[in-house]
This record gives sequence, C-alpha cells and structure tokens, in this order.
Amino acid sequence: MRLTPIAPLLLMLAVIVLPVATPAFADEPAVTIAIRDHQFVPSEVQIRANAKVELIIRNEQTIAAEFESNSLHREKVIAPGKAASVFVGPLKAGRYEFFDDFHPATRGVLIVQ
Amino acid sequence: MLATAIIVFREVLEAALIVGIVMAASQGVPRRGFWIGSGIAGGVLGAVVVAGFAETLAAAMAGIGQEIFNAAILFAAVAMLGWHNIWMRRHSSELAAAANRLGAAVRAGSQPLWALAFAVGLAVLREGSEVVLFLYGIAAAGDGSAAAMTLGGALGLVAGVAAGVGIYFGLVHIPMRHLFAVTSWLILLLAAGMASQGAAFLLQADLLPPLGQTVWDTSFLLADQSLTGRILHALVGYTAQPAGIQLVFYLATLLIIGSLMRLIGGTARAVRPRRSTASHPTRLQPGE
Repeated sequence: MRLTPIAPLLLMLAVIVLPVATPAFADEPAVTIAIRDHQFVPSEVQIRANAKVELIIRNEQTIAAEFESNSLHREKVIAPGKAASVFVGPLKAGRYEFFDDFHPATRGVLIVQ
Repeated sequence: MLATAIIVFREVLEAALIVGIVMAASQGVPRRGFWIGSGIAGGVLGAVVVAGFAETLAAAMAGIGQEIFNAAILFAAVAMLGWHNIWMRRHSSELAAAANRLGAAVRAGSQPLWALAFAVGLAVLREGSEVVLFLYGIAAAGDGSAAAMTLGGALGLVAGVAAGVGIYFGLVHIPMRHLFAVTSWLILLLAAGMASQGAAFLLQADLLPPLGQTVWDTSFLLADQSLTGRILHALVGYTAQPAGIQLVFYLATLLIIGSLMRLIGGTARAVRPRRSTASHPTRLQPGE
C-alpha cells in the first residue's frame, strides 16, 4: 500500500464536500455576463454590497475562456458555448476587476455598492 | 501567435519550475529520470483526459466539480511534496554522501521517488489540461491559424521548459551539502503555495469562509499577472490580494510539514556525516 497518503485525503474531501455540494444558493440574485467576441457583455456589472450574488458567465465563443479575478479569488474555465455559475460576495463596496485568463485583454469590472 | 505563446508559456512555467526543483531535489537518487519522466508523461496523458471531460467535470457536484477537482489535485500534491520532504530529511545525508563518492550507487530501488513523481504528474495534469483546452479551442475555431498556433504553442512550451531547466542548473550549482536543505525549503514553500491555491478553490466553491476577502493588496508593487508575479506565485505561492483563508492554509502547511519533518525526520545535523561514511549511524532499513 504505497499510495496510502492519498486515500484518506480523498476520503476526507469527499466527506466534506458531498453533504454541502447539493444545497446550492437558491435565493441569491443572479447576473448574467456573456463573453462574446472577446468582450464581456456587459463589461461593467453593479451589485449590492454585503450580498451573495450569482454571476452566470456565458461563454458565447467557439473557444474556451477562463473567468478570473485576483481580487475576487475566482478562476473558472468555461467551455465554448457553455455557462457556469460563479458566486461572489458578500463583498465590501469597491471595484473588483475580472478578465479572461485565456485572452487577458478581455476585461470587465464588478462594481459593488 | 505571440498571444498563444504567452499563454502556453504561463501555464507551462509553473509545472516546469516544479519539475526543475524536483529534479534538483532528487539529485543522486538512482532512476530519478525514470520516475520524474513517468510523472510528466502521466501528467500529460491525464491532462488530455481531463480536458476531454472538462464539461462533465464542470457540471459535476452542482457546478462546483471543477473547483473540487482542482483543490483535490492541489492538496494531493501538497501531501506528496510534504511526504517527500519528511523522507528526505531522514535520508538526505546519506544521499549527499553517496553522490559525493563519485559513481557510488545508492541502494537501487529503495528510494521512493513515487511521491515526487506523483506530485510532478499532478502539477503537469493541472496546468496541462488548461493548455489543452485553450489550444483545442483555437484549433476548433479553425480560422486558418493552425500553423501559427502550433508554432506559438511550441514556442511557449520551449520557453516554459527553459525556465525549468534554468532553475535546475541554478540549483545543482549549490554544493551537495547544502543542496537538499535548499530544495527542502523550496519544496516546502511550493507545497504551502499550492495549499493556498487549493484553499482559494474551496473558497470559490463556498466550502470555506474567506476570513477576510483581501487581507492586503500589493498589486501596485507586484501584480499577479506580471512575469515576476507569476514566477513567485509558482515558487512561493505569491498572491497580491490574498484572502484570509489562503494565509491560514499557507501557514498551516508550513507548520504541519515543518514540524513533521522535525518529528519524523529528526534533526538533519545529527545524522550528517563529516567525512567518515564507513561507520554511518543511520542506515536505511530494508523496506523503509
């Protein structure tokens, strides 16, 4: 049994994750952001401070995108033609920039008020 | 083409730096080329498979499959690197002694490099799957830029690998007596950085509280996206705007692996041979 260190680790993760994985965030407001022709549409999104918000990122391109933000601590690969949810908040008021890590010129900002 | 090269370079860089450090850390261990090579090959293979299942993965576990997967890979790599460091602490003096005696073979087969191979494989898998997804997208877009993409991808790969080779040759210049101490520290910091990244993924999945969204912001000094920022991110887990939970995981990893190294590995000084390798106090036990 040379692989023992990994087995308990995975088990531990499974135990932590499985119960929490299903009850998603039902009541949070959602904002849809499209990635279209290497642009976020809209590229400026306003949300309320101190609230949890679901960002639905819809990749309308034919190539993969990676929604990333250093200040929000988010990075999520989104396959072409797919959408993915990224939950943010509760956040303090301020500007939080995000970008497509596969195409760093594609940028947007989340304005929290 | 340049854009492709830069993105591939960035993804390869992190894995290549890890491979470079791991190669330096396994100096003197027989068949390390085989072990590390297998890790890389396994990682590349895994990257292609993971990229193929990316959509399934993303949709898994109510949409947090990608986060869980990344975190699991990172924490597994942390465990492997930690395990290696603890083992190395026990045996580094013997390895240094053996490597100093030119051509002397350390007992073949007794050096468990599987942990390092595993860690390398996981790092390559994680970074590689993003490269595959990225390149596949460009190829599938089919705007007649296949040649430019291939060239860009190859350039990025070569540049990334060069960085790994660079750090390796930089490290092996360190005298053998100090090399393992240096690589131990580097691996410890690598592991802590990976744990902090893993924590960020669990935070994203909402499985961990942020404990402070941004504890500090040094992006005006060194941005995450800059080359230096990326290298430091790969090496020591630098993040310009860390969340509190990332710091907790970073420090906890340093503390846990560090104290296990002391507890299980013993003090390195006590077993370090001066010159006399004949009456070595700690011999490897069979099956150890």
